[in-house]
Amino acid sequence: MSAASRLIRTAPEAAPGHHWLDAAGWAALPAALAADPALEFWGLWAEPGRVHAAFRDGISLLLASLEVPEGRYPALSPARPAAAWFERMVADLWGLAAEGGTDSRPWLDHGRWPATAPLSDHPGHQTGEPPQPVFLPLEGQGLHQYPLGPILPGAGPGHWRAHVRGEAVHRLEARLGYGHRGLLGLMRGKSPRAAARLVARLSAEATVAHGWAFAQAAEAAAGIEAPPRAVLLRLVLAEWERLACHLSDWGGTMGAIGLEWAQVRCAMLREKLLRAHEAAFGQRLPLDLVLPGGLASDLTPEGAEALLAALAALEEDLPTLQAVQDEHAGAQDRLRGIGGVSPARVAALAAGGVAGRAGGRNFDARRDMPYQPYPGFSLAIPTASSGDAEARLRLRLRELPESLGLIRAALARLEPGPVLVPLPVGAGEGVGVVEGPRGEVLHWLALDEAGLIRAAFARDPGWMHVPLLEAAVPGTTLGDLPLVRASLNPSTSGMDL
Amino acid sequence: MLWPRLARIMLRPPAADAVPPPHPETVAALAARVEAAAQARLGRSLAVLLLDSGGSGGCMLEARALAAPAYDLERFGLRFVDSPRQADVLLVTGAAARNMSEALARAWTATPEPKWVVAVGDCAGGAGPFAGCYAVEEGGVGAVLPLDLMVPGCPPSPALILEGLLALLEAQAD
Repeated sequence: MSAASRLIRTAPEAAPGHHWLDAAGWAALPAALAADPALEFWGLWAEPGRVHAAFRDGISLLLASLEVPEGRYPALSPARPAAAWFERMVADLWGLAAEGGTDSRPWLDHGRWPATAPLSDHPGHQTGEPPQPVFLPLEGQGLHQYPLGPILPGAGPGHWRAHVRGEAVHRLEARLGYGHRGLLGLMRGKSPRAAARLVARLSAEATVAHGWAFAQAAEAAAGIEAPPRAVLLRLVLAEWERLACHLSDWGGTMGAIGLEWAQVRCAMLREKLLRAHEAAFGQRLPLDLVLPGGLASDLTPEGAEALLAALAALEEDLPTLQAVQDEHAGAQDRLRGIGGVSPARVAALAAGGVAGRAGGRNFDARRDMPYQPYPGFSLAIPTASSGDAEARLRLRLRELPESLGLIRAALARLEPGPVLVPLPVGAGEGVGVVEGPRGEVLHWLALDEAGLIRAAFARDPGWMHVPLLEAAVPGTTLGDLPLVRASLNPSTSGMDL
Repeated sequence: MLWPRLARIMLRPPAADAVPPPHPETVAALAARVEAAAQARLGRSLAVLLLDSGGSGGCMLEARALAAPAYDLERFGLRFVDSPRQADVLLVTGAAARNMSEALARAWTATPEPKWVVAVGDCAGGAGPFAGCYAVEEGGVGAVLPLDLMVPGCPPSPALILEGLLALLEAQAD
């Protein structure tokens, strides 16, 4: 066991894998983390008077918590670069300050809400005009700034600022928070079932992944398990979502390099998937289907047939897509070596999903932090090490037949039975981790005695992909910026909460 | 082989769906509004800018699906553009996050007259799951921009969004 993980594990345990550190223990954490790069940082959040951090230690999730009566805690960002975004979010929402953090600028709070620190026990009163945003300084001669957004065609709200010399991009900086709609505050005081409606709307392209991870957390807190039929159908929904998301990301990147017919082809395939989904579950997009305790609705009688027919149509077209990826010389020229990130950087950020696996981080929660029903299915997880746009696209395509196979196998194993069980009322806390279409999704929640949510947090993979995109762009040209962005396609709506 | 492929392409039915008729009441209501505004006739075409005001992105996914061959937006004279300066219609999705208000207002100012604002989805209409939160405008997109049309749903299907846009087109032609 590594030093940092030992430091956390020797602290008193509140729930399995959740330890409460004292002030001295947390103060020693940054140095221990710096000496132990293998312990992956997964997230940092707060509730009034407390901060929580999540790490991955092998196959288990490790939560470290600290009481912060003074409103300050030692920052983790010097040891884990991705922590900076979380520390700034904790300051914006709860008013807790990270001492010694690498960045203290606000990003969620643009000075436009009625209150400051809206989730703390004593929110402040917002006064005056919204302040001008502070951007990173230009470093070097002859650089100028190229602003993009917050209104961007084909992407969620976000402001991207490139420092350029001629065509060459030297730095890319993201300013986000434009889409903040107060999800965590709205979840407080609601039952898990009621809050699931909000969780489903965190990021529509990963709604099943978020709903499932949230349901896992709520089910762990309540000490129940979803019925077997619901668990198998969750796999079907999650893999369906992965197919749709991979198709639109792959097609979108091909569109960004000018291969519009490939994008159109993917859009048609995706539309077929959505229509089959409507035939099978009564709605085109899988919002609100996964609930704590199971599923909101069962497969329609003719649903399995519609799903299988759509899969057959998709399978027929896969060789055509693969031929574009492998043989189109223009595509190869445009994609290879573009937007590359070193494996060391990918590992330091613990970037999830295809973005991570294309850069040497061989992690997939379905295999490496297994949850039901995946241990009963065979699954090959392709990886690469070049970390460029070409590798990301290649892996997206390679994952399509895997998801296809999983859905067929799960449908073949479906047995009749209930899909929803009641959720007992009571206090508890739980975590859930699910491999979403763009990477692992983490949900944590704590319930009070009445079974209502006291505090909750959702970590979308976008949290790690935004810093990854910032690292991937320097060295490319301005013209390649849309291509690199499309190849990662970070979900800003999942991050803006 | 080229010939079998050509033959397949020739025989394949078009991917586009049949056209949904716009709702007569919507058309009538809009015709009255547009008559006053549409001094300059645009012909039967509208340039649409998609704006996300902060939401799950579900409505945006369904709106963007209109560009796919199954709906084939352009056969109706509708097309998506990248800048408010090219747009006739601002199609706004999302919960009207306060952090986006200024950007929405600026986009509206930058859009040349005559212009229309379509709110797509319950959130944009002010009735979604995020309503009443500190971070969103009370009343949705209508609190920031003058709304001309509202397409309800969470999310509405592409067919429903298309129906709304077609109603706008009909009203404008009257």
